[in-house]
Amino acid sequence: MPIYVAIRNQPDPVLEGGDVFARNAALALAIATLAACNVAAAQTANQPPDTMAARVEACTPCHGNKGEGTSDVYFPRLAGKPAGYLYNQLLAFKNGRRKYPPMNYLLEFLTDPYLQQMADYFADQHPALPPVVASDASQEVLQRGQSLVTRGDPQRQIPACGSCHGPALTGMEPGIPGLLGLRPNYISAQLGAWRYGTRTAKAPDCMQQVAARLTEEDVTAVAAWLANHPAPVMNAPAPKGTYVLPFACGSEPE
Amino acid sequence: MPSRSPILVLLLWSLFAGSAAEAQQKAGPTSDNIVARGEYLARAGDCIACHTAPEGRTFAGGRAMPTPFGTLYSSNITPDRETGIGKWTAEDFYKAMHTGRFPDGGLMYPAMPFASYTKVTRADSEAIFAYLKSIPPVNQRNREHDLRFPYSNRQLILGWRTLYFNEGEFKPDPTKSAEWNRGAYLVEGLGHCGMCHSPINALGGTAQSDAFKGGLIPMQNWYAPSLTSNREAGLGDWSIQDISDLLQTGVSQRGVVYGPMAEVVHNSLQYLSDEDTRAMAVYLKGISEPSPPPPASSVLPTTESSLLISLGKTVYDKNCASCHGAQGEGKPPHWPPLANNQSIEMQSAVNPIRMVLNGGYPPGTKGNPMPYGMPPFAGLLSDNEVAAVVSYIRTAWGNRGTPVSARDANELRSAPLN
Ligand code: HEC
Ligand code: HEC
Ligand code: HEC
Ligand code: HEC
Ligand code: HEC
Repeated sequence: MPIYVAIRNQPDPVLEGGDVFARNAALALAIATLAACNVAAAQTANQPPDTMAARVEACTPCHGNKGEGTSDVYFPRLAGKPAGYLYNQLLAFKNGRRKYPPMNYLLEFLTDPYLQQMADYFADQHPALPPVVASDASQEVLQRGQSLVTRGDPQRQIPACGSCHGPALTGMEPGIPGLLGLRPNYISAQLGAWRYGTRTAKAPDCMQQVAARLTEEDVTAVAAWLANHPAPVMNAPAPKGTYVLPFACGSEPE
Repeated sequence: MPSRSPILVLLLWSLFAGSAAEAQQKAGPTSDNIVARGEYLARAGDCIACHTAPEGRTFAGGRAMPTPFGTLYSSNITPDRETGIGKWTAEDFYKAMHTGRFPDGGLMYPAMPFASYTKVTRADSEAIFAYLKSIPPVNQRNREHDLRFPYSNRQLILGWRTLYFNEGEFKPDPTKSAEWNRGAYLVEGLGHCGMCHSPINALGGTAQSDAFKGGLIPMQNWYAPSLTSNREAGLGDWSIQDISDLLQTGVSQRGVVYGPMAEVVHNSLQYLSDEDTRAMAVYLKGISEPSPPPPASSVLPTTESSLLISLGKTVYDKNCASCHGAQGEGKPPHWPPLANNQSIEMQSAVNPIRMVLNGGYPPGTKGNPMPYGMPPFAGLLSDNEVAAVVSYIRTAWGNRGTPVSARDANELRSAPLN
């Protein structure tokens, strides 16, 4: 288990998913009901605001009011990431392919269209990026990180991270996230999660193939360099199909 | 609790079988298409929840079900001839639902709720079977159960059956309305509500006399309240409309569902027709018993608990009042009221403590597709603060619950979340 789980101030709940009743299934909704109208009719004066912002208040203590992130270095920023990417993550949490029990629990019985709306909401937020915190990693480590990110390591069949995450590392619509504005602990925890199998993406899980080829030192180096590298002013993901990926990714349909 | 010999039960059943006819007449949708009816009934029985794995093929089984005795894996019930129930006859299927036996006579583990499904009529069983025969077959071998010795020995089920299994179709109560009987048929039969809403004893059984009396669900650490006591989830003083809203949409003017009950609403109850929902509401309201007077102790807090409660008010005003209101009035149905909400006043404080630690969303339903949520406070509040705020909401605004300790809060931090 990646260490990052253990140092949160809540004990680590049982990770093995699936019990008799914690069950889920994404199914088409069928029967229009009278009660639906009743709930709607009750939406009068003394009601919570009819906004997405009010509906995602369950998320903001961890992710920030506009998805900008919080002081906890393992709680990621959501704002401005490609909507398709965020949606894929919410589906993965809902179905247990990506594991973080507090989130798995919250999303379990929400419908897919609603998860899409949550993803759209956070993708549309644009709070300022956090300032880059100077890294205490050595020059040698930072150089190794830069080299892996921009050139990869052909001998070990590691493609440049930029070949998928974009030349400016800002990602590509709909499914590839940017890599700047993330904190080093979060980046290494995610790469670790792919190597340990607690995070999986849609097959073919290209990111798993990449992460499996990285050593601990590689992970430390890319995380340090990425976190140390300021994001461009235009940090928006590139439009769909701007460049061709070195190999297929289930998260980014051709 | 009564322990009966299976033979006697069989005898009784054959005596009364004839009178079960009435309840089966009114089956959900008006369609006379047997497959559509079967699909609707399979919804009412929530077969999908156990028989479909996350992101797995529908009804192909393989869902892990942890029990105190080890892990069970649900079966493939698609019509695949090799790995599913493709070779079964309607008779075999009825026998499974009604008697908890495989076609070869072998005994099923009661995790398959045959102890409730035994009440299902023959006609309804046949409709469900016709529906299951109509879905795409999936070739996926059943995974073997992983049970500790001696539970791996199916002969043990015999003992369980003698103690807890009453075989027999639903028998309508002629002194009650057709609507009440329809509700009873759904709640006691396909709905298998008693599987959770009953005290679970060491053997994993439900004593008939304790049906619907509430209990802690093993492995999950959620308390399924009594459906008969108005001091728990008894619905005696709820309106039929509020009960129906709760069952069909997951939210209501009186309270919301969460935890395992959110699953039941999401996968099953939201699909039931207005008539069937109303019938269940009428029955549930009908079975609630007069409340005993509240325990006197809760009114007079000790010095210690009064300190706790004043800390609780501080925590509440800062973290909770924005949604639940300064007086616990909430903004129902989306932000539930906490004042006069029986689900937080029950003797067992497991649910409100877990609610505060884990937060939650009511289930997404047709009637409430975009629910509002509550953040988890596990990472934001200490054990003391959790105990304080839960003690506060259980005793403020005329609520009649009792204070809880930091230890109670701490123990539930490790409760499984999924
Ligand atoms: C208890 C804190 C907490 C709450 C509440 C929470 N999250 Fe998260 N979220 C996390 C953490 C921690 C991660 C990273 C998990 C991991 O290590 O994989 C995460 C990851 C995510 C991701 C993936 C981000 C990425 O870049 O890959 C999305 C999307 C997300 N959360 C959305 C939500 C939404 C929407 C809600 C509310 C419904 C929510 N979260 C509630 C803590 C939380
Ligand atoms: C073959 C294409 C490809 C390559 C090469 C690649 N990635 Fe990725 N990466 C992806 C995809 C696709 C995702 C999104 C996966 C998902 O849907 O969960 C992703 C996600 C990530 C994430 C998660 C971001 C977040 O917010 O949680 C990190 C971190 C990451 N990649 C780092 C790297 C690093 C470091 C490298 C180079 C060593 C790299 N990637 C190379 C395709 C690639
Ligand atoms: C609470 C979980 C649960 C629910 C709900 C449930 N089942 Fe099951 N079912 C099981 C388990 C566990 C088994 C395996 C029992 C065993 O091995 O003894 C099983 C076995 C079966 C079998 C035997 C399959 C075989 O190949 O031997 C059939 C048929 C079946 N269930 C039908 C249904 C139908 C129809 C419904 C809905 C009306 C349903 N089940 C609802 C848990 C469940
Ligand atoms: C998987 C276990 C499970 C099953 C099956 C189940 N329940 Fe529940 N139920 C719970 C738990 C746990 C709670 C407490 C959480 C809550 O209040 O939502 C609960 C709460 C309730 C409440 C009280 C809600 C409130 O706000 O006071 C009602 C009413 C109820 N259930 C009715 C039913 C009916 C009717 C059925 C059968 C159709 C059923 N339950 C089946 C576990 C279950
Ligand atoms: C952002 C709004 C919000 C905040 C803040 C909030 N809640 Fe909630 N609360 C909700 C919602 C929405 C639900 C329904 C959740 C569900 O069904 O899973 C709920 C449910 C509950 C329930 C269960 C009610 C029932 O009907 O059984 C309790 C108890 C509760 N909250 C207590 C608290 C306490 C104590 C706090 C502060 C520590 C708090 N809540 C803060 C929105 C909120």
